[in-house]
Amino acid sequence: MSAMKNFVGWIDERFPLTKMWEEHLSKYYAPKNFNFWYFFGSLALMVLVIQIVTGIFLTMNYKPDATLAFGSVEYIMRDVNWGWLIRYMHSTGASAFFIVVYLHMFRGLIYGSYRKPRELIWIFGMFIYVALMAEAFMGYLLPWGQMSYWGAQVIISLFGAIPFGIGDVLSEWIRGDFVVSDATLNRFFAFHVIAVPIILLALVVLHIIALHEVGSNNPDGVEIKKNKGPDGIPLDGIPFHPYYTVKDIVGVVVFLIFFSAVIFFIPEMGGWFLEPDNFLPANPLKTPEHIVPLWYFTPFYAILRAVPSKFGGVVAMGAAIFVLFLLPWLDRARVKSIRYRGAIYKAALAIFVVSFIALGWLGTQPATPTLTNFARLFSILYFAFFLLMPVITRIDRTKPEPERVTH
Amino acid sequence: MKKKILALLVLLVPSLGMASGGGFEPFKVDVDLHNKDSLRNGAKYFVNYCMGCHSLKYMMYQRMGDDLGLTKEQVEENLIFTGAKIGDYMTISMPEAQASEWFGTAPPDLTLVTRNRGADWLYTYLLTFYVDDSRPFGVNNLMFKDVGMPHVLWELQGLQKAVFEESTDEHGNKTRHFVRFEKISDGQLSDAEYEKAVRDLVAFLVYAGEPAKLVRYQLGVWVILFLLVLLVVSYALKKEYWKDVH
Repeated sequence: MSAMKNFVGWIDERFPLTKMWEEHLSKYYAPKNFNFWYFFGSLALMVLVIQIVTGIFLTMNYKPDATLAFGSVEYIMRDVNWGWLIRYMHSTGASAFFIVVYLHMFRGLIYGSYRKPRELIWIFGMFIYVALMAEAFMGYLLPWGQMSYWGAQVIISLFGAIPFGIGDVLSEWIRGDFVVSDATLNRFFAFHVIAVPIILLALVVLHIIALHEVGSNNPDGVEIKKNKGPDGIPLDGIPFHPYYTVKDIVGVVVFLIFFSAVIFFIPEMGGWFLEPDNFLPANPLKTPEHIVPLWYFTPFYAILRAVPSKFGGVVAMGAAIFVLFLLPWLDRARVKSIRYRGAIYKAALAIFVVSFIALGWLGTQPATPTLTNFARLFSILYFAFFLLMPVITRIDRTKPEPERVTH
Repeated sequence: MKKKILALLVLLVPSLGMASGGGFEPFKVDVDLHNKDSLRNGAKYFVNYCMGCHSLKYMMYQRMGDDLGLTKEQVEENLIFTGAKIGDYMTISMPEAQASEWFGTAPPDLTLVTRNRGADWLYTYLLTFYVDDSRPFGVNNLMFKDVGMPHVLWELQGLQKAVFEESTDEHGNKTRHFVRFEKISDGQLSDAEYEKAVRDLVAFLVYAGEPAKLVRYQLGVWVILFLLVLLVVSYALKKEYWKDVH
């Protein structure tokens, strides 16, 4: 034991090992009233690790070449030992990432976790979300199936809607060709396996450092640092390790049960995680009847299609994401948590959630006139939630926050 | 708490099923991948009737032999008709350009056909060829209208003609509905035998689309059982640590 201590002591004189361990784990005091919604941060981190590790193994056999890519994925699925498992973990992991991130963001929304002093945590988180979308979009091209190809074709052509001659030049510059081609596949591979992951990891570090600087919010939205004991430790705080590490392990196991159920029993998820058309190799001469992005992009895709002009659609889609960045400054309520907010805000939030899910569904459907009108309605409700928020949160009748967290 | 988690995650699972498109509602087929005889029978039909034109280019003969419980010699004697070696992929020698000329379009590789179109589709497709003199090969198909493929299994199934009924809706548009098949000539197999043969062929192609299907279900059961045990242990650990909070 003393040999171990000596060793750690030796390290500590040269590197802040114990200091970091204490700052981020054993003496990082988190509120003791975390509930179900607080599992998704650590789960997102775990899914990130799964994606990176499985991704490394996939790159060992994947070939970023338009003539070989599709076949190399099938090679992984059949002739690489455990290749099918690694590939399904990666493809299911992509959807799982968005599920946990959406739930994590929703947690922030209901408990006001983006409010002062946590604005930067939210901003970093939003950048993570945007990077994740880029990562998923570029990764989806790599299997080089029909949907990969045509999905990329459609999304990149959106940049072409930018006026003043910029659009065409820009989309050509992104593709490296006049259409999606081998050049596009090669550069998307580079972005997917190295450029974006580095950015993603850096952002995750920033997100966590910012969080540990100000401390975690909690379901009551009250600051635990306001009530400290004589030892300077928040009265309602408990050390992250071991309390939340052992609790998060339970969350991880529950998550893995669902994750494994998908991987082993329904890896295509009925076409939602792996689309049937992506089992056809990319064919630049044959456009599929129905081009749909994967489910995690469909709310924004529905907003894009709801606007009659193409450029207007692109602007609306960008705005739908950008407006989320402004959330910390749009919310003017006296309280943070949904628990102490009034009926107006609760109703607005419910309408927003319904709109977001409805848009997600509409984005998967063909744009018939009726459905487009619905998409317009829900797009307006989506934006109304944010634009009316300064007013709604002002006039909303809030309940008084408790002094201490409730448990 | 745990109930809440369960309920929530179940809600999050997106509803299953995507639109399949097409007019004719496919028959349902149940394939049993554990039945090695069925898979072997399907492989036999595939190499005899399909592989003249359709490759299985992502599949290795050896892999198929191992999975179907066949020795190297058995595969070479019964399933390889070309000079292919056991370690070769199941490709064909028909040149694509000429094939397009003969059939209007090159016959597609079938390794992933069931993953793209589904087992039901393929099963129905192989059962619903009918005589149609207006087509170059004299047959048409309910599942795939004006298909470019001849009915290669006709000597097994025999030939049938389709009876359609025309109806007119309130706008005066005429639509044709399929009513039934009428047998023109008998094949080598009875209807029931033919359906079984097609089912075996479809089973083989379901296997070929994803060989991992042979192992992933059983493995999944063990993985989830392990995780359930781990859940009990990790929950007990959490309870123990959290005794002194509150």
